[in-house]
Amino acid sequence: MKIIWAVAGVAVKELYRRKDFYVLFIVTILICLVMASVNVFDDRQVVRYIKELALLLIWISSLVIAITTAARQIPAEKEQRTLLPLLAKPLSRTQLLLGKFLGCWLACGLALVCFYIFFGALAASREHQWPVANYCEAAFLHWFALGVVIAMSLLGSLIFAAPSSNSTICFVVVATILCLARYLDTLATAMNEPLRSIVYAIYFLVPHLEWVYGMRNLIVHDWPLVEWRFVGQCILYLLTYMAVFLTAACLVFRRKPIN
Amino acid sequence: MMPSRLYLLLFVTFLVLGLGLGAGLQPQYRAIEQQNRQSDNFFSLLFGDSSRLFANNFSVKADAYYHSGYYPTIFDNKKGFQTLHVAEDTGAVASHNAGGDDTGFMGPPRNWVDAFGRHFIPNRHSHLDEGGPTADARTAEEVGEILPWLKFSAELDPHNADTFVVIAFWLRTKMNDNTNAIDVLRDGLRHNPRDPELFFELARVYLEHYADTDRARNILDAALQQVEPKIAGRTPDQMDFDDRFRYEKIQMKLSELEEYIHNYPAAIDHLQKVKAVSPAPVDIQRHIEQLRQKMAAPAATNTPPR
Repeated sequence: MKIIWAVAGVAVKELYRRKDFYVLFIVTILICLVMASVNVFDDRQVVRYIKELALLLIWISSLVIAITTAARQIPAEKEQRTLLPLLAKPLSRTQLLLGKFLGCWLACGLALVCFYIFFGALAASREHQWPVANYCEAAFLHWFALGVVIAMSLLGSLIFAAPSSNSTICFVVVATILCLARYLDTLATAMNEPLRSIVYAIYFLVPHLEWVYGMRNLIVHDWPLVEWRFVGQCILYLLTYMAVFLTAACLVFRRKPIN
Repeated sequence: MMPSRLYLLLFVTFLVLGLGLGAGLQPQYRAIEQQNRQSDNFFSLLFGDSSRLFANNFSVKADAYYHSGYYPTIFDNKKGFQTLHVAEDTGAVASHNAGGDDTGFMGPPRNWVDAFGRHFIPNRHSHLDEGGPTADARTAEEVGEILPWLKFSAELDPHNADTFVVIAFWLRTKMNDNTNAIDVLRDGLRHNPRDPELFFELARVYLEHYADTDRARNILDAALQQVEPKIAGRTPDQMDFDDRFRYEKIQMKLSELEEYIHNYPAAIDHLQKVKAVSPAPVDIQRHIEQLRQKMAAPAATNTPPR
């Protein structure tokens, strides 16, 4: 486990050495502040449109950070020819992969903490209330959803040739899940066989990240807290998908020639 | 080799041609510029006619906010949302929502994925002016959250008078901001001169909040002048649904106004006109009878009609 933490530590350091996070964070802040400066009939309490925009930007930024960070981990080691020396140490391929995953996931967690603190401060400046439990619930589920995305991206980095193609495919897949996954069964009913069965199978197979993405609306419109048992079940569901993607990645990595 | 004189002649020819074209095209360009200057809005200039598409999306967004996020997508049954509820509830816009299930458009859960997913999205119908998802009536003024989207919508498509009406209605009724409501309506009238909906809403502000009956009557008369030609000589069945609705509500408001100042004969006269087009003439007749009884009774103190 120590070795995995050591590898994870390197991945975390990589995040704060690179400029991606800072750029995305500052752009998010600037856009939100510009939108907040709009005068809506002299009413200083109107905040939901800013909250929605801020959460959308946080989701986009976090996905960019998660996918791009995870997609370049293994290819970068290969490119810099450090993969072989790394594996020459007492470090198995599975440990390396798990370390990379944990590092990316923790890095995204740190980024999310910054984003959600900013979000909370922005909302509190207008609403004069701070529903900490709601924000924590949303951020926590958001972090687990990113875990699935990172695991998927790591698997992709072992299958696809270049990080750019892997990132693009991951973005398309995640965006499709977020926008369409909830309605795939409805779409399937309008199709003919065998497409109907295929789409229906995809509906049950894909990780339903849109559940977590949908929580934005609950936060924006001040809905009551989601019951913790459903949050727990959702976390279990997301953990299962993380495990599935990581196991698949380990299997692929074990058979992959390093040079 | 061509002599330098030829170059000089070519240069002068092209110079004259260029200046001539410039002088000829300049007035045409000015005319086009004047046409496009109808809207000084940056977004209209940027997006052109597609700005209406964005404006419509923003209006729908406002309606989604009015329902605290509980809103049908293109995959859901939208029959109950043909007319935006945020506009329908103002009473100024004719509703086309008959027959739709606005409270349960999601239907029963389709499978376990759908059922579980509903715990993480807005999953019940509520209106922001009634307290939203917590049904806390003290938070009714949160209906102001719809205003940014309506404001963006009005800026993108200033020729949609309904948007101005809806903004003004919520400003005056839930946020007690009559000054801004009047400003919005006047802004709407600048872009849509003689629009009966805008006149009607403006009259309501003057009547219901300032009890300025003279001004309200003048404005309602102006609204009536726009609607009457569209229904003249037609039976109620031949009338356009929206025109009939407008005519009915303007006559009704005029009747309320006259009743408020105890001018019962005029109020009855307006009610007779309402009765002629109303789908519920019996109710109107009952109201007329009540007014006739009032005419016989001594005058009582009044509050502005709402």
